[in-house]
Parts: sequence; structure tokens; C-alpha cells
Amino acid sequence: MIRLLQIEFIKLWNNRASKFLIFAYFGLILCMALIAMIKIDRPPIVFNIADQGIFNFPYIWHMNTWIASWLKLFFAIVIVSMMANEYSNKTIKQNLIDGLSKKEFLMSKFLMVISFSILSTIFVFLVSLVLGLLYSDFTEIAIIFSDLEYFLGYFVKLLGFFTMCLFLGLLVKRSAFALGFLILWWGIFENLIVRISAWKLFGKEGSESVMRFMPLEAMSNLIVEPVTKFKAVQSLSTQLGTDLSRDYAVHWYDLLIVLGWTAIFIYLSYALLKKRDL
Amino acid sequence: MNTILTVTNLTKKFGALTAVSDLSFIIEKGNVYGILGPNGSGKSTTLGIVLNVVNKTSGEFSWFDGQTSTHEALKKVGAIIERPNFYPYMTAIQNLKLVCKIKEVPETKIEEKLELVGLLDRKNSKFQTYSLGMKQRLAIASALLNDPEILILDEPTNGLDPQGIHQIREIIKKIASQGTTILLASHLLDEVEKVCSHVVILRKGKKLYSGSVDTMLASHGFFELRTKKEKELLDYLEGNSSFGSVKNIDGLITAYLNEDLQAEELNKILFEKGIILSHLSKRRESLEEQFLALTNNSSN
Repeated sequence: MIRLLQIEFIKLWNNRASKFLIFAYFGLILCMALIAMIKIDRPPIVFNIADQGIFNFPYIWHMNTWIASWLKLFFAIVIVSMMANEYSNKTIKQNLIDGLSKKEFLMSKFLMVISFSILSTIFVFLVSLVLGLLYSDFTEIAIIFSDLEYFLGYFVKLLGFFTMCLFLGLLVKRSAFALGFLILWWGIFENLIVRISAWKLFGKEGSESVMRFMPLEAMSNLIVEPVTKFKAVQSLSTQLGTDLSRDYAVHWYDLLIVLGWTAIFIYLSYALLKKRDL
Repeated sequence: MNTILTVTNLTKKFGALTAVSDLSFIIEKGNVYGILGPNGSGKSTTLGIVLNVVNKTSGEFSWFDGQTSTHEALKKVGAIIERPNFYPYMTAIQNLKLVCKIKEVPETKIEEKLELVGLLDRKNSKFQTYSLGMKQRLAIASALLNDPEILILDEPTNGLDPQGIHQIREIIKKIASQGTTILLASHLLDEVEKVCSHVVILRKGKKLYSGSVDTMLASHGFFELRTKKEKELLDYLEGNSSFGSVKNIDGLITAYLNEDLQAEELNKILFEKGIILSHLSKRRESLEEQFLALTNNSSN
């Protein structure tokens, strides 16, 4: 297993573009800390975002995992090209000839995806912890370590998404087309075709429960947007007489759906790899 | 354990096209094998199947008496098929380190093998900056990293300039002289003739011949003769059971032998008969002529 990871690491680390993207990704996560610097100090408007309670434990866990999960799009480029380049450089052929089995080849990619997801999860946790310790109004241990399920949600969300990217890279063999395919899937397939036809067939409620099983929708359900949870927004909505509050929890069935898709994507990738002549 | 590769009734179909049809052969340790065939005869497909990159339609193959799985066996094989495939953004050293990891061999041999193929001074250049000849040589270095039991080469000199072809051949000869089993696929017959002891000849995916080069060239050769007394000579040759077919093309008489006969002896006999030769040469059919004869016969 270590060997497979090392193989993948050599491939990735010596590629300048990938290295740049990896650094940029973690750099951007770090930049979340800069939100704390937003200050408007021009009387009569005095506004400091750090004072608004968004860095309070445990709210910060939800907030930061949600923001950081947007950055996964950025990382998708690395994953997709790491797969598609093996085809365009024909190095997958050479790898197999050199004695890597197809299973090992796929495993080395998947292990890399798992490692990224773990690393990213830990990184987001650390950045959030530091930010929270600096700005949170509550620093009791019990409060700090509550609501940590958002990190489980975050990890599974990344894992599922990156595995999907891996599969698309393998399926399409061209990184640009694979990314285009991903956007098409999200925009046209999930959100237009499936959503509208489910709406027509089963009504609003029924459409929600069908959508729940679509891969990208399931991933986004794992961490629901935290903005409406924010107390300033909530007080605003109460004044306007609307109720914006939703179910913010990370649900086990959403986790299961995404893990199911992860398994399906890995299986499909393996089946495709096995069937194809190179 | 002297059998390296056994191929039995191997067949590969691409849709309606049969690329390899019911092919069987055995590769034994210590010999240098050539797979011959015109373009599109199924050479690369056959190699692709035994190298785990093309799925077979039916039939069997087994490495090293079938004691290991294909991908484990491939770690003991060195192979270069068609064009060299490496990571363009990585240097020679980095690429070879990756190969070492895949083959699970120590990295200690990298320098030695780069030296062998004459790339040591370019070891830190990126693969994408290499010329085709250098890429091909790097591929050979990479294939030798594990000191393989067998080296498989598919058209190793394709697309190279004369110097490049010469360099690659020298390397192949050097490796062959060290006793490594080699399987060389090519349509360049002189290349195969120079290094191979055994050949498998394919045409449209079917095996036409497999065996040693000597057996294939087992004819006794032929004489090319020229004289002023053409008629007497032709009469003598046609009346002599040592000779088979006799051809006269613009005064150059070609007589094929049915049994062994030395040139000195023929010259002596003819001189005694008063037939004085202005040209006498004894030749054997080249592999090329044999090959063309074989591939043409089967097309009729």
C-alpha cells in the first residue's frame, strides 16, 4: 500500500502544475483566516466580521467545512488530469507492462484520493481550530469539541467527489473534456433533466427525495449552507416574517448515499479499466 | 525452469477483424527470438496480450510455467513496445525511479543502465527534451533495470535515423551476448537475421512458421553462373540431378541445388567439360527471400 502511494506521489510531485495547484489549494484554505480581517471602520458604520460570531465554536466547524468544500472544485483539476494524463502520455500502458496490475493502478489513484481527503480534512480542522481559539466567544472544551460530525461529512463529501472525478478522467481520457462533462452532469443532467422530470412526476416533495440520490446533490446535502444559521441573518429573517431555518445536521443516510456512489464509481472505473485494450 | 513463455491457441478479435488467430509458440531461455510479419500481421497485438495491456478473446498464455500471475511475472520482464512512454515532465532519473518502484527493485542500477545506453550525461534532463533516439534508449535502460529474464522489443528501431538504428542494434547485440533471452518483433528482416536464432513468422494473425532460423534456411543454396557457352551449361545443369530448377535471365544462370556441392568442385567439372565460367558465385537465400516466399505462398 505504501508502495502504491509512493508511486502516485512520484508522478504527482514531479509535475509542476499539480504541485502548484496543491499548494494553491491549501493556500486558499488558509486564506479563510483572512475573512477575520474584514473590518469596516468608518463611523457611523463600524463592522468587524470577527465580532459577528461566525468564528464561535461550534458554528465555525460548520461554516469552515462549508466554505472549504467549495475549494474542492479547484482540486478536481488535479485529480482529473492525474488520470487523463496517464492516457494521453500512454504511461498507463507502460505502467502495466512494467508489472503494475490494473487493480494496483487504480488502487494507487484511489489511495491518493483518500490521502488528499484526509489531509484536507485535518488541515481545515487545524485552521478552524486556530481561528476559533483566537476569535470564539466560547472556548470551553466541551463546546469546542461539539458538532464535529461536520468533519465526517466534509471527508466523505471530498472522497465521493474526487472519486467521481477519477472515474470521469478515466472515462473521458481528456482532462478538459472530463471537467466539462462534470459541469454538464451537474447543470444539465442533475439539475435540469432529473430535477424537472421528477418534479413533474412526483411533485415538489417527491422531487426532493429523488434528487437526494443523485451523486452531486447527495454530496451537497452532506453539509447544508450555514449562512441562514448565522444569527444576524436569522434575526433579519424573523423581522421580515420568514422562516429560513433548515435541517443543518449531517445525516447518516446522506453519508451512506455518498459512500455508495464512491463504491459505484470505483467499481465502474475498475470494470472500464479491465475491459479496455490499451 | 527453462520455459519462459508459453502461448497456446491465442486469439484476439477486434470486432469483425481477427488480429491474432489460434497462435501457439514457446519461448525458451537463452535463445534470441524474432517475430516476423508485415505491418498489421498481429505482432504488436500478440505482445500486447502477453504484456497484460490487450485482453485476449480466447486461448491461453503463461509466463514462467504459470507459477506466477501475469503482473508479477512482468516484473521479471523488460519490454519496450512501439513508442517509448514516459512522463514528459520528469527527468530520466525520476522516470527510472518510478519504474524501480513499480518493479520493486532497488534504485542502485539506474546509473549503470543509463551508462550502458549512453544517457548518463543527460540524466537530469526532462524526458520531453529528448530526441526520439534518446527516448528509445531510455526505454531500453528502463527495461533493463531489473536485469530481466527476457527482453521484449517491438520495432525498436522504428523511426530512427541510421546512427540511432546502429546504436540500438549495438545495444541489443551486447545484451544478447550476455545470455539474456530476447524476443524481437520487427518487419526489418536483416535486423532479425543478424541477431535471432529462432523465428516465428506471422501473416494476418496466423502462424506460418516457427522454429530455428537455420532450419528455415535449410536449402543448399544456389549458384549464379555466367559463361559464353550458355547452351552447353544449361544442358549440363538440367541433366544433373544435383540441381533443381535452373533459370536464365539475361545470361545470368541461376541454378538451385538439391544437394550440397562446393563451388570449387563445380568449377572443376565444368572446366573439364570445356565450359569456362566468367562468373561463379554460390549463395544462400537470405531470410528476406525465404520470408517473401513463405508469405507469398500462403496468399495464393
